[in-house]
Amino acid sequence: MADYIQMWKDLGMDLESHDMLCQVLPTAVGDVFMTQQNRPKAMDFWDLVISEVHGIRPAELIEAQKAGRKVFGTFCVFVPDEIVIALNGIVTGLCGGSQFWVPGGEAVLPKNTCPLIKASVGARLGRTCPFFRIADVYVGETTCDGKKKAYEILGQDVPMIIMDVPQMKRPKDILKWKDEIAEFAAKAEAITGNALTVENLKAAIRTVNEKRRAMARVYDARKSLNLPISGRDALLMTQISFFDDPVRCAQMCNRLADELEQRIKDGVSVAKPGDKRILITGTPLAVPNWKLHNIVETSGAVVVCEEMCTGTRYFENLVDDSGETLDDLFMALAERYMKNNCACFTPNPGRIEDIIRLARAYHADGVIDCSLKFCGLYDIEKRTVSEALRAEGIPVLSLETDYEDSDAGQLRTRIEAFVEMLNG
Amino acid sequence: MSARFGVGIDIGSTCAKTVVVDQGGNVIWRDLRPTGWSSVDTAEAIRRDLPPEITGNARCVATGYGRVSAPFADRCVTEITCHAKGAAALFGLCDLNVIDIGGQDTKLIVLQDGAVSEFAMNDKCSAGTGRFLEVMANTLAVTPAGLCDMAARGAPTRISALCTVFAESEVVGLIGRGTPRENIAWGVVDSVAQKVKTQAGKLRLGPGPLCLTGGLCDFPFVLRRLEAAFGRPVRTAPEARFAGALGAALFALR
Repeated sequence: MADYIQMWKDLGMDLESHDMLCQVLPTAVGDVFMTQQNRPKAMDFWDLVISEVHGIRPAELIEAQKAGRKVFGTFCVFVPDEIVIALNGIVTGLCGGSQFWVPGGEAVLPKNTCPLIKASVGARLGRTCPFFRIADVYVGETTCDGKKKAYEILGQDVPMIIMDVPQMKRPKDILKWKDEIAEFAAKAEAITGNALTVENLKAAIRTVNEKRRAMARVYDARKSLNLPISGRDALLMTQISFFDDPVRCAQMCNRLADELEQRIKDGVSVAKPGDKRILITGTPLAVPNWKLHNIVETSGAVVVCEEMCTGTRYFENLVDDSGETLDDLFMALAERYMKNNCACFTPNPGRIEDIIRLARAYHADGVIDCSLKFCGLYDIEKRTVSEALRAEGIPVLSLETDYEDSDAGQLRTRIEAFVEMLNG
Repeated sequence: MSARFGVGIDIGSTCAKTVVVDQGGNVIWRDLRPTGWSSVDTAEAIRRDLPPEITGNARCVATGYGRVSAPFADRCVTEITCHAKGAAALFGLCDLNVIDIGGQDTKLIVLQDGAVSEFAMNDKCSAGTGRFLEVMANTLAVTPAGLCDMAARGAPTRISALCTVFAESEVVGLIGRGTPRENIAWGVVDSVAQKVKTQAGKLRLGPGPLCLTGGLCDFPFVLRRLEAAFGRPVRTAPEARFAGALGAALFALR
């Protein structure tokens, strides 16, 4: 393992506290990933990245900054990466998936805030996330009340751009989102010192579309009844894709997809006969949150798809690159991003349609609808989801959890009982 | 080759229940003991206490939250599936809605055509469980059975707090204001029933009757408040607290 101590020091991180985090991660990776049998060889890339998740990519970002490039830290799949990439900037995800950071967040936020927000704030204020330290600017979005208010704390000493996501999907809302994208582009131009052109934006759209296509290939392989990859491994790939260079991400996903397609031809499966196929829907699973997948996949089931931001919503729908003006391209971006069926919209029938469509396409035996504690939007939408799935004859289990391990036993009982129910 | 006996051990948070059935599904041995602080020791003690003529020719299924503490079991099945199976056998029905009020969790299970079609469990919170009743009984210096008897003589009283800790403060407040213990007990039992009713709102109940299993099924007043909350009859059976263990024993035969 390379020595990143000096880099972390230079980033002004709290090394003592960060060491504690670095000590627990290898155990978690070992327990969740290395115990699996028969993993695809191409997972070696993601195993390496996760083993030095606060080292390898941060070091690349710092090198890029030295060359004058700007790093944009984002929280959500609504932020159009294409704009930043066109301006020679870099987009990175930020930390927020571990219980380690939650107490730090609870020191400044109400306890009944979702763990994702608490962990993000804790990681930022506790100076234990290199990505938060590196980013030149944070880009937030108004997808929930908790985040809106948390940005006021996060943005105190780093420039913060907030994009106002519409709450409905009428034509005028899509136009409004187009204006938001144009405004974001102007701000990003000022930060990067580069000018957006039809050419560089088209090129960026193609780059991100390629990444989406590559991720979709991996997910398509999961539709096979001969399941070539575990849900845990697919989730890790998706989680890391928020942090990686988009071109390399596409290469690695394509390399993995090649192997998975070959596995399907060769009849190599990671599932045991009789394992139930589960689609998971709900709130995002930020790295290193593998709790739900791990319990499901050690309870006689396999996860075949994630209908969530760390899943299909990240790569479904390409951006039309045929426009001839920046205005055309902004509209194409707006239309693509507004197809995202986040629970922040009302009404949100698209999510129900997506879940049913994906459950069928991935041959799911059942759906688990799981939200993070205190996420009112997804929690309230559970009723609509379960009634729609019942009407379609698709079994559904609704769960709520956070980052703590203390409810693992209760979750396991519910999930095992659900699997027993699917077994009849 | 199937075994002559099926042994079902249901290690709950409060009590460990054991049922042995013969190949005809008839109950031939039964045991109930506190789980205590070590479910591993309890499971081992049960194994030792099983008559040797049974252990020599039996298969064993463990269930309940302590199911993994019985390494000698041939397999584990969750309490949801076992309670459903056991309740179906106890009540002789293929369609029923099981309410199981256990020590630390409350389950609602919908059975249709003999199979579980839906279920719900309370979250981490202990409101609406046996534990809630136990804590409140301690506050009123009676046993849970005593509390239920007292409640039957009480007048309607509302305890509105959902959390056990806050509800306990509310009960202490009622005591301070001189509210008769019977009325407080009435409120405690009704609070359990209301919480169970709320939980049922998340499910689509099936066409069968409501049946109560678990440790509270011997208390008639609990049944009455549940009937009032649901607005329909709630059945129970004398052995209903063994439903999970019976289901496990029947699974062991398969």
